Amino acid sequence: MNPVNYLYLAALLFTIGAAGVLIRRNAIVVFMCVELMLNACNLAFVTFSRMHGNLDGQIIAFFTMVVAAAEVVVGLAIIVSVFRARHSASVDDASLMKL
Amino acid sequence: MENLIALLIGAPLLGAAVLLLGGRRLDRTGHWLGTLLAAASFVIALVLFVDMLGKGAEDRALHQTLFTWIPVGTFQADMAFQLDQLSMTFVLLITGVGTLIHVYSIGYMEHDERRRRFFGYLNLFVAAMLLLVLADNYLLLYFGWEGVGLASYLLIGFWQHKPSAATAAKKAFIVNRVGDMGLSIAIMLMFTTFGTFAFGRVLEASDQASEGKLTAIGLMLLLAACGKSAQVPLQSWLGDAMEGPTPVSALIHAATMVTAGVYLIVRSADIFNAAPDAQLVVTVVGAVTLLFGAIVGCAKDDIKKALAGSTMSQIGYMILAAGLGPIGYVFAIMHLVTHGFFKAGLFLGAGSVMHGMNDEVDMRKYGGLRKYMPVTFVTFGLGYLAIIGFPGLSGFFSKDKIIEAAFAKGGTEGWILGAVTLLGAAITAYYMTRVMLMTFFGEKRWQPDAEGHEPHPHESPKSMVIPMILLAVGSVGGGAVFEFSGFVEWLEPVTGFEHGHAPISAAAVTAATVAVMVIGVGLAYLQYGRGPVPVVAPRGSLLTRAARRDLLQDDFNHAVFVTGGTHLTRSLVYVDHSLVDGVVNGTAAAVGGLSGRLRKLQNGYARTYAVSMFGGTAVLIAATLLMRAV
Amino acid sequence: MVFARFEPGGDRYQLVENHAWIKDFGVRYELGVDGIGVALIGLTALLIPFIVLAGWHDADPLETASKRWRPTQGFFALILMVEAMVILSFEATDVFLFYILFEAMLIPMYFLIGGFGDRAHSGSDENAAAQRSYAAVKFLLYNLVGGLIMLAAVIGLYVVAGNFSLTEIVEARANGSLEMATSTERWLFLGFFFAFAVKAPLWPLHTWLPNAMGEATTPVAVLITAVVDKVGTFAMLRFCLGLFPEASKWATPAIVVLALISIVYGALVAVGQRDIKRLVAYASISHFGFIILGIFAMTTQGQSGATLYMVNHGVSTAALMLVAGFLISRRGSRLIADYGGVQKVAPVLAGTFLIGGLATLSLPGLAPFVSEFLVLVGTFARYPVAGIVATTGIVLAALYTLVLYQRTMTGPVKEEVRALPDLRARELLVVAPLIAVLIFLGVFPKPLTDVVDPAVRHTMSDVQQKDPQPQNVEAAK
Repeated sequence: MNPVNYLYLAALLFTIGAAGVLIRRNAIVVFMCVELMLNACNLAFVTFSRMHGNLDGQIIAFFTMVVAAAEVVVGLAIIVSVFRARHSASVDDASLMKL
Repeated sequence: MENLIALLIGAPLLGAAVLLLGGRRLDRTGHWLGTLLAAASFVIALVLFVDMLGKGAEDRALHQTLFTWIPVGTFQADMAFQLDQLSMTFVLLITGVGTLIHVYSIGYMEHDERRRRFFGYLNLFVAAMLLLVLADNYLLLYFGWEGVGLASYLLIGFWQHKPSAATAAKKAFIVNRVGDMGLSIAIMLMFTTFGTFAFGRVLEASDQASEGKLTAIGLMLLLAACGKSAQVPLQSWLGDAMEGPTPVSALIHAATMVTAGVYLIVRSADIFNAAPDAQLVVTVVGAVTLLFGAIVGCAKDDIKKALAGSTMSQIGYMILAAGLGPIGYVFAIMHLVTHGFFKAGLFLGAGSVMHGMNDEVDMRKYGGLRKYMPVTFVTFGLGYLAIIGFPGLSGFFSKDKIIEAAFAKGGTEGWILGAVTLLGAAITAYYMTRVMLMTFFGEKRWQPDAEGHEPHPHESPKSMVIPMILLAVGSVGGGAVFEFSGFVEWLEPVTGFEHGHAPISAAAVTAATVAVMVIGVGLAYLQYGRGPVPVVAPRGSLLTRAARRDLLQDDFNHAVFVTGGTHLTRSLVYVDHSLVDGVVNGTAAAVGGLSGRLRKLQNGYARTYAVSMFGGTAVLIAATLLMRAV
Repeated sequence: MVFARFEPGGDRYQLVENHAWIKDFGVRYELGVDGIGVALIGLTALLIPFIVLAGWHDADPLETASKRWRPTQGFFALILMVEAMVILSFEATDVFLFYILFEAMLIPMYFLIGGFGDRAHSGSDENAAAQRSYAAVKFLLYNLVGGLIMLAAVIGLYVVAGNFSLTEIVEARANGSLEMATSTERWLFLGFFFAFAVKAPLWPLHTWLPNAMGEATTPVAVLITAVVDKVGTFAMLRFCLGLFPEASKWATPAIVVLALISIVYGALVAVGQRDIKRLVAYASISHFGFIILGIFAMTTQGQSGATLYMVNHGVSTAALMLVAGFLISRRGSRLIADYGGVQKVAPVLAGTFLIGGLATLSLPGLAPFVSEFLVLVGTFARYPVAGIVATTGIVLAALYTLVLYQRTMTGPVKEEVRALPDLRARELLVVAPLIAVLIFLGVFPKPLTDVVDPAVRHTMSDVQQKDPQPQNVEAAK
């Protein structure tokens, strides 16, 4: 199969993820969309690795997975504690930094 | 001998310093110290005078250099003095009359708690005036010039708890400053033209500069003279200056300081000789002021202001004479000295009258005082005869010479100037007779003041009477002494002298002078001598009313300079606050507004930030791709 | 001490100290004084003790408002800091070092203005504090903007010249080894001049001065106008003319016009002021116009006069302003209309005030006359019209000074001033020496001119200008 198709898929996933981040208010969904974008990137890395015939892309994909795992741990913890404090997981409610 | 010159100035200067810094301890003896030091200066002047008489005409001038005052590059001003015949004449007048007025002030200021300070200022004045006439360069002259201005300011405003006195003092100083501007520009012109401003070198080189330059210098010097000598158009301060104590009016505003302008012009004779246009303007200014002052003098009911108008007019004579060139310089100085005697005498007489009349100055409230104040009456009367030019008295000789010289100017100008001086003589006789009649003759017209105190006119104390007698002697004899002792030859080496050729004979001029005097006296007698003088001034003709207001010159100044100036400064303050400052504050406000707008972008929604991040990334990528493609 | 070791006839820069500071950029800690610097250092060292003495009680803690306690020591420490920086900046011969000092001076000045305000304020405490901080911020911003533009010019100069040493650059320019493009030189000149013109202050960059002087305590106001502002005019003379002779000549007509506007405008606005301290501030703007006029007249008389003017204006303004400050602290008001007849109540105070005023209007016999006349003559020799316009300044100076004196000191005694005490011993000790200096330098300015003259000649040769010769010089000989 033509590897370019994988790239199209990656772009599609990334766009869905980005749109989700921007549109959805629920922190969990936003979080999942971020994961989706990361995985789209992973897919693109692996595809390029395949196309160019070296392993750098795959190595980076592993790194991304590790980072994503760590991010999930920290991010979910924050979301859970925010939810406990405010009984809401809406992103827009957390705008205390606004002047 | 020349070392005495500095001492001449030093004595009164020391007096001023001691009296002003000495504090209250000197309150009881201060006036004696001041008088003593003024007298010491007079004695030194006499010694120098006798010494000078003993020398030949050409080597009479003395020089003394103390130290270099301002040395910057080619600009070299020395603290140096020059005593020649012209300066000597002034020195004798200043110290002589000055000492007499110090003596007079002891009595006049007896009840003033600030008498010590008054004498300090008087001494300061004498020192500054001596510096003015002894300086050997224009810059040092300027020093003295402003020094007398300061002393005059302090003395006019001596009773400064009166707002009118404080205002008059300020006005005098500021109007004089306009004149000083002329003097400083003249000095700058001299420096750029000749590279120096020492009398000797400027005057020597004056025939080699272009006439335009010299005319400019001459006109600027004239402006200075107008300020100091109260000539039109800068005359307005002199009338108000009468707010000062009367001895001050006598010394500063009659005998000495106001004649400094004449000194300046005569001293700069060589410049004016080479600039006929400037000379013409000088004569015009003199002629206009002569009539102006005389007309004002006719209308004033305040005895001191009437005398002030007369002073203005007499100085007009001097300036006119000085503008005539070598035929007039000597007579300008001669009239200056005789005027110094009789006008100081008249003012002291007026002061004596005021002293006896509870400081009343309105002549309409005098009348018949000759019975109460015989000595004052006689001395004032002699001064009166001198000023109107009664044959044989001092004013007769000096004024007659000026009128003669005016005719001798030649051509149409000569006729016009001669006619003006004759007319002036007639008006002088008129207004002085008016003063005389209103004050000393007729019925008594004084009334009790608001608190019921009726004035008790009485003769003044000895310290006041003796100076008046001495000045009266000077007024009587001065002219004859000058006429027959060779005053012309005495001054000639300094000022130059030419005999004028009048189109009419000297005898005819004299006859005309006496005739117009008689007419003037007669007119005044008809008006004021025969019937009672109304206590309240009648409304008077248009001219009278204008003359009472100084021929509307003050109103003009007020409308143009005071009102205009106030508007100008107000609007500038406004401009400064709202425009200049506003531009700056506006910039600050603009920056603040911009940052306010930018702040709105920070709305705190994480998604908004995310959009901008994505947008930014997209733009970056697009740009990169675009660059690749190109 | 510097005075003692300085020889007027010697080298141009004496007592040179030179240490490397930031090696990478060739920034050096390089000090040296010429005659102009010495004169100004003398002024600074003379005035500061009197300023400190005059402000002896100004920073005392207020008993009434304990929360607004103000550290007394801090006040004097800040004044001394300013003194040190000002003196160093008169000595600096390294452009970068000078820049640092020029800017660093702002910090203590900011705190002096903002932290220690004049207690004689018509409004409430909060109002006073607001106006004070407005004045302080305005002062800071004005000078910072000027300073930043100067920083750009300093960097530009480094790019062009390769080092920061004033002496080396001037030398290189003189012997032709350093060429600058005309436009580069002009831009750099403008950068420097702008900063100095803000500091000086020159119209229309002057509006910070009245605010700052009005709101600060009187000693600080004296510090600003008599000492700190002199750095601006001094720097014009040393840096603008020394580094950019061609551009200076190019800009002269415009600067002369601005200086003339300063003179006349400052004086006219001073006449219209109702606040004593602001009046003196505008008078100072007028005087700074004279100084700048003298510097850019490019004649020996003008520049010597300008240097003397800096010194004399420092002393005369200090005398006038400090006496005014004593008066204000007695009555607790800065408004002219609140006074009247003080002369009768406190004659010594009025007398010293009058002498200070007379010095301000340049009466002969007092020091400012010498310098003002030199400036006028120097200007007139090159630009007669400008000389004449500037001469009107002497009439206006008489106007604002005497109007001020008349309204405050003469006339009937007002009820509120009836109980004012006369000058105390400490205050007399402040004013009397200043007046003595004014009179001494007015009658015998030679010691000062001897020091200044050689330095001015150097500056003149830097700009390759000669005095205009008298037209009739032959005749005069």
